[in-house]
Amino acid sequence: MHFKASAGGALGDAVLQANLARFGASGFALARARAVEAYGAAEFERLRTAGAEIRDRALATLDAYIERFEREAAARGATVLFAETGAEACELVLEVCRRHGLKKAIKSKSMLSEEAGLNEALAAAGVEPVETDLGEYIIQLAGEPPSHIIAPAVHKSKDAVADLFAAHHRSPRKTDIGEMTREARAVLRGHFVSADLGISGGNFLIAETGSGVIVTNEGNGRMVTTLPRVHVCITGIEKVIPTLEDFATLLRLLPRSATGQAISNYVSLFTGPRRAGDRDGPEHMYFILVDAGRTNLVGGDMQAMLRCIRCGACMNHCPVYRTVGGHAYGWVYPGPMGAILTPSYVGLENALELPQAATLCNQCGVVCPVRIPLPDLLRQLREQEVERRLRPRGEMLALRAWSWVAQRPRLYALATRWVARVLRVVGGGSGRIRRLPGASGWTRERDLPAPRGATFRDLYRRTGARPAPNAQPGASAPR
Amino acid sequence: MRVGLFVTCLVDLMRPSIGFAAIKLLEAAGCEVHVPATQTCCGQPGYNAGDRAAARALAAKVLDEFDGCDYVVAPSGSCAGMIRTHYPGLFRDEAHLAVRVERLCARTYELTDFLASVAGLEAVPGTYTGTVTYHDSCSGLRELGVKRQPRALLARMSGVELREMPDCEQCCGFGGTFAVKFGAVSAAIADRKCEAIEASGARAVVLGDLGCMLNIEGRLRRRGNEAIAVLHVAEVLAGSVRS
Repeated sequence: MHFKASAGGALGDAVLQANLARFGASGFALARARAVEAYGAAEFERLRTAGAEIRDRALATLDAYIERFEREAAARGATVLFAETGAEACELVLEVCRRHGLKKAIKSKSMLSEEAGLNEALAAAGVEPVETDLGEYIIQLAGEPPSHIIAPAVHKSKDAVADLFAAHHRSPRKTDIGEMTREARAVLRGHFVSADLGISGGNFLIAETGSGVIVTNEGNGRMVTTLPRVHVCITGIEKVIPTLEDFATLLRLLPRSATGQAISNYVSLFTGPRRAGDRDGPEHMYFILVDAGRTNLVGGDMQAMLRCIRCGACMNHCPVYRTVGGHAYGWVYPGPMGAILTPSYVGLENALELPQAATLCNQCGVVCPVRIPLPDLLRQLREQEVERRLRPRGEMLALRAWSWVAQRPRLYALATRWVARVLRVVGGGSGRIRRLPGASGWTRERDLPAPRGATFRDLYRRTGARPAPNAQPGASAPR
Repeated sequence: MRVGLFVTCLVDLMRPSIGFAAIKLLEAAGCEVHVPATQTCCGQPGYNAGDRAAARALAAKVLDEFDGCDYVVAPSGSCAGMIRTHYPGLFRDEAHLAVRVERLCARTYELTDFLASVAGLEAVPGTYTGTVTYHDSCSGLRELGVKRQPRALLARMSGVELREMPDCEQCCGFGGTFAVKFGAVSAAIADRKCEAIEASGARAVVLGDLGCMLNIEGRLRRRGNEAIAVLHVAEVLAGSVRS
């Protein structure tokens, strides 16, 4: 994964930049701010604290809650299966397909399915997967991965979608969003009624009732979980929460943090397969709980990350995400949460740049609905990179040299005096530096305002608290 | 009131006038200003780069240097935030230092926060005439709650007209070594900040952190904007810049 190279490509992609600009200006961040204001800012802060506590309580004895969930779900006729890896999860789904002779799967959004590569596994086994969330449907047609966890096609422009639909639907190209949506809906109807398997994700699993929950806006999720003969809910083991009451609290947080909605258009709870007398629902219901690296986080520095409820607020507010989009992050999860999850799940050595690719501005930390200290976790991953000697030698040497000198005040005073002088000379009459060997990372994109030549400590020693006459105006005040 | 001025390494090296402006303001607020001669850096570069040992060593140095002060004030939300928010974690396994660290954190302030909330500076000593827009630096805003304090102080200057920019709380893209490691991404983020500043119509952008200043000024000039001044809030309040 090469964040820097991908980010460079993203910066040069004019269509993507236009889409990201629109996302930033009118997107979810603004909607969240309005929703929080309507709810009451102080009250929302208390809600965040409550959300974090619920998630921590669940994670503290997760094994017990998972067992409870398994018992309750089984008592209501569902089958609970466990997978240690994504590949195992795929194999379990394929086993279900073989057992029931299933040939076509409609899917509602599942990030775990992306982690596991489930669509590829299904297709390879002769089961046709059809994504029915509109955004997921678009990127499935395009053959692209999602670039946002709740708005997977946010990187695509309307024109690009119009081209895709015209090609795949074999219909006249439309550019009105309403018409395009109706066309996709009509195409998807056929898939809904012809599929024999429904695969959903799970926003939460409720231990006390053995229920799964999905929080959606398009209604496709409800059809996926009720129309086909078999429903498989696939999600991470960390999604188990103790009670319906806990769910009610988290449901106040999730849509507001994600899209700024007080509640999503659909909130679907599914508890066991169709019972005698039910008018709809699947004949068979499976929960597949996947570990895929989660257990490794328990008890470690990154445990707080398991609180994540996948709202996307961190990326919606991230200056880096909003500048380069989601694909630059290289794996399933983008933005700040992705910069922590990706190294955690695929190995720090395979994602060295991600923890570095953040300004640590903490815009993510202050909006996270479950108070995950995202910048602190990123910093801890940076510490792990240093401890495991995964940083470039030059960078480590420079850092060590800096701190070694900074711990020796007399040497430091001498060194900074010389640096200031050199920078003044390089800056010349303009007082600004346009090119500086060894600092091209800075000067390729920006000028460096040059110092006037003497350090504060030298001026202070010479003149006391009175500012030296030539120290006054800003180093490169406009002329 | 004996106030230790933590000058910060960037002010020391790049723009000493900010340090002198801070002294003038603190004295105007009736403080006795003490500037420990051996001070260098708060340790943030190492801390954010993952070199915890280096950060801890420099933090211990700050702890010693400011022991005799009633307050520690820095013309930087980033450095003050480093001390207040992150020092306790650096010493979490050293119980014998806990009381001293706690004491340091409790009396460390960003400059405008200190002037407005603690020292109660009424008469701002400087004069400045012109339109300004204020950029809220990330650490000051989100770690220390610095938001209304600089605006309240600027509002006491009769010649200053504040014109808020859109998204004034958005990061400028500096992020310490991020600006060098991911220069192009950083510059693209800075571009949005530059556009917001330009959209405000103000003649100057005022802020409280030298890191952001260097980034914003450097990018504005590279983009060809020679008109908008980039000023530290201390310079404006102390009257050490031309209007």
